[in-house]
Amino acid sequence: MHVLLCIVTGRYSSRLYIAYAPLVVLGTLLAALVPVVGFNAVMTSEHFASFLVFIIIHVVALVYHVKGNLSPRMFKVAVTLVVSVGLVVCCAMIAVLIALVASSPTKGWSGRSLSLLDPTYASKYIPIIASVSEHQPPTWPSYFMDINVLAFLVPAGIIACFLPLSDASSFVVLYIVTAVYFSGVMVRLMLVFAPAACIMSGIALSEAFNVLTRSIKFQLPGSSGISQSGDTSMNTEGEQNDIAKTEKMDETAKERPSKKNKRKEKEPVVKASIRSRIERRLLVLPLEASVIAIILLVLLGAFYVVHCVWAAAEAYSAPSIVLTTYSREGGLHVFDDFREAYAWLSHNTEVDDKVASWWDYGYQTTAMANRTVIVDNNTWNNTHIATVGTAMSSPEKAAWEIFNSLDVKYVLVVFGGLVGYPSDDINKFLWMVRIGGGVFPHIKEPDYLRDGQYRIDSQATPTMLNCLMYKLSYYRFVETDGKAFDRVRQTEIGKKYFKLTHFEEVFTTHHWMVRIYKLKPPKNRIRGKTKKSKSKASSTSSPKRSGTGKRNPWH
Amino acid sequence: MARSISMEAAGLTLAFLILTFLTISAASSTNQIQILNAERRIDLSSHIVKVFLTLKVENVMTAPASEIVLAFPPAQADHLALVKAQAAIGKKKKKSYVHLDVNPTELPDAPNGTKYFSISLLNPLSLGETATLEVLYILTHSLKPFPAEISQSESQLVYFRDSALILSPYHVKQQTTFLKTPSTKVESFTRVEPTKFAGRELKYGPYEDRPPYSFSPVTVHLENNSPFAVVEELLREVEISHWGNIQITEHYKLVHAGARHKGVFSRVEYQSRPSFSGTSSFKHLLASLPPRVHSVYYRDDIGNISSSHLRSDYRKSELEIEPRYPLFGGWKATFVIGYGLPLEDFLFESPDGKRYLNFSFGCPLAETVVDKLTIKVVLPEGSKDPSAAVPFPVEQRLETKYSYLDVVGRTVLVLEKKNVVPEHITPFQVYYTFKPIFMLAEPLMLASVFFLFFVACLAYLHNDLSIRK
Repeated sequence: MHVLLCIVTGRYSSRLYIAYAPLVVLGTLLAALVPVVGFNAVMTSEHFASFLVFIIIHVVALVYHVKGNLSPRMFKVAVTLVVSVGLVVCCAMIAVLIALVASSPTKGWSGRSLSLLDPTYASKYIPIIASVSEHQPPTWPSYFMDINVLAFLVPAGIIACFLPLSDASSFVVLYIVTAVYFSGVMVRLMLVFAPAACIMSGIALSEAFNVLTRSIKFQLPGSSGISQSGDTSMNTEGEQNDIAKTEKMDETAKERPSKKNKRKEKEPVVKASIRSRIERRLLVLPLEASVIAIILLVLLGAFYVVHCVWAAAEAYSAPSIVLTTYSREGGLHVFDDFREAYAWLSHNTEVDDKVASWWDYGYQTTAMANRTVIVDNNTWNNTHIATVGTAMSSPEKAAWEIFNSLDVKYVLVVFGGLVGYPSDDINKFLWMVRIGGGVFPHIKEPDYLRDGQYRIDSQATPTMLNCLMYKLSYYRFVETDGKAFDRVRQTEIGKKYFKLTHFEEVFTTHHWMVRIYKLKPPKNRIRGKTKKSKSKASSTSSPKRSGTGKRNPWH
Repeated sequence: MARSISMEAAGLTLAFLILTFLTISAASSTNQIQILNAERRIDLSSHIVKVFLTLKVENVMTAPASEIVLAFPPAQADHLALVKAQAAIGKKKKKSYVHLDVNPTELPDAPNGTKYFSISLLNPLSLGETATLEVLYILTHSLKPFPAEISQSESQLVYFRDSALILSPYHVKQQTTFLKTPSTKVESFTRVEPTKFAGRELKYGPYEDRPPYSFSPVTVHLENNSPFAVVEELLREVEISHWGNIQITEHYKLVHAGARHKGVFSRVEYQSRPSFSGTSSFKHLLASLPPRVHSVYYRDDIGNISSSHLRSDYRKSELEIEPRYPLFGGWKATFVIGYGLPLEDFLFESPDGKRYLNFSFGCPLAETVVDKLTIKVVLPEGSKDPSAAVPFPVEQRLETKYSYLDVVGRTVLVLEKKNVVPEHITPFQVYYTFKPIFMLAEPLMLASVFFLFFVACLAYLHNDLSIRK
């Protein structure tokens, strides 16, 4: 985009060519080396724009080269010739390309990048992309949390970039504008925005320090003060404004308004100096004001560093596999349930046993428990994940059939209701329903919601109370405290007494955070009516009844 | 009346048996000794079976007898971990015990593959002299769980198979066997009259005048909920560093060797009714470490295990460890315990100029059986002539290990033993020679490397290496 801008504004130079052309070639080659991307680097539409610009820059370079060699008249002839021929060829190629691209439903863009352009695309068509919490748009406070003070310095930097608008500063401006747009779509892209913000605020701070240190240098007693005389007019003007500004500064101790005003004051001054080009009139501020300003800027930097260190330590360093809390007496209580479950799996199950869980725990199970999982964090097979999601949302018998067809032996469920761990599977359950429903239409999200609300208490829908996730999470939970109070959802659960017919509990960790169930082998004989094919009148000989009907809670 | 008849019968059988044995083996020494009174106490309260045998022997022939032979059925002999014998000296008040040597031995006409151990007496017995011996032998893996699989709420029942009559190559005049059970619940036991069961004690006997090699198999089906902690493999590495530290690393493979757990494990039942559910499972293990231990760590493949406590005082340290999950029948756990000890507590100099390491053999975990124990003593670089002095038979071999700053490698003395019980925790010594000048090897190496590096930097900076002027 920057290259196009430069060419259009007539700023083409050989530097630009040297910078851009190898970048495109090398970048595409390196991207193609990554196994996941492979040949997608040259075949998907997202990259066509950079190839187009690559071609354009070659054309422009050729034009300039020829222009340098030919005389003006010959040049005109050559230009008309080339243009007419080239136009025909280009049109043909573009027609072919557009036909190719338009034939695919997403116009060649992959789902992830389409969701960048149209933020609502993912939630409509691909729920699994929408379910990842890092793909959500960021909130305003998260901007402040991530870049802190830079939020004020970035606009100042943008303005500083415009003052001498060169190739480099226009590149930075374009970079930051696109980065702001994309980070506004997805929280994850805050990573892309951060370097741009740093560059901008660096520019702003350096300009500010330039002005302030220059002021001090020229006003130190005994220094030559070249522009002292020339600036007196500016000085008085600057002084008046800045006396008012310093008062404001002392009142609020905020940098932003004063800097912005300084900026605004500087602009007409600097623009005047550029226009006149006779005398370089540099802005010089009063000595005390500049000293205080420098000290305050340094303090600002210090606060920024403190905040960054704190954010890295607290917010970005939690491993979230071992949780710790401090008891009332100040002792440390460790919740090591995840590792307990993985160690149990690795020692007490057979080597070929497969474990089914939600995809968040896939890599952990593979690494620590050393067992095969059905879906893991790579999430490259959406249908497979939807199958697991459907199984978790179905009643016991249907879920057992699905898991049996996948040759699963153990099902792992994370449950935080006893200790109050909020990121458990019941909280993620609606996403399982949505993802499953995206591929298997018999799972409908409204079946699990009562009046549009997601509940698990006595007002929950029967589909919700009968689904596998509910049963596996709350099996015998009522026996812990007699009332089955779920500490995360802050309510008592709906169905308290039930038995599992197709699964049996083989392990629950110390704080009930991970629960592992085993699929029961199918019965040898099926008694009773086998002709009925309705799933409600179950033809197996299990004495299972659904939650409503019988009085005795244990049948 | 009955007694006189039985006495007569006893006398007759006695005479008959003596004659038969005289005819069978004239040269065998088995009829030289006669056991006047044998009392056997079998302790079944933990999964390690301890048997205390008190024998009062008499020499009935003129030739002096210098050893007493103990016999074991072959099935028991495989599980025999330890046989110790002591002789009682002195009268009632001033009794003291002297340790006697016990060695496995072979007798030429062993019926049915019987295995023998011979005890060497301090003073040979002459005709008519008696001696009292106390023998202790320990059996491992002798309690067979039956039913082999139990659920969480059942308690563990085991079979113990032995003989009501003490197997012996000698004639036994009178013998009694007492079995001590851990609880009052005994499902069944074979009756070999006279048998009496009261409270926690099952008494077989007294039996009079039994011939040699008399055997009467009995099976006792009892309840035993003690933790069946078996370490399948234990590798202990003891690394000696002459700079003042001994580093010990122990790799455990722990398994619950009792009745296998089948079916559901319900955490709610385990937590709410601990006395009823999971009675045969165990959660804690206690390790006794030497005092002045430092830098103790307890981890496994995945990472650090945070559930452990270390309590130390000036005489011993106790490390209480909890595996990540409670162990039920058939469940396994593996972990690594490591710690450091000060060198001056363990390394000494022997009178002939050699150094020796005095360390304790065995597994520090209490009440556990180790199926295969390997101790590797890593001697510092430059040690020569390693040799070990261990009070019981072990397999020895040498290896080499390359560690930090090693040029020729460190000599490793590997000791292996199978079937180790807590009674094996005794000190053993490893002797080696070491010239103190070799201590300088490592610091000199490091110093010379840095020195050469700096010299090279100096040479590079001060010389003009440009190609063109």
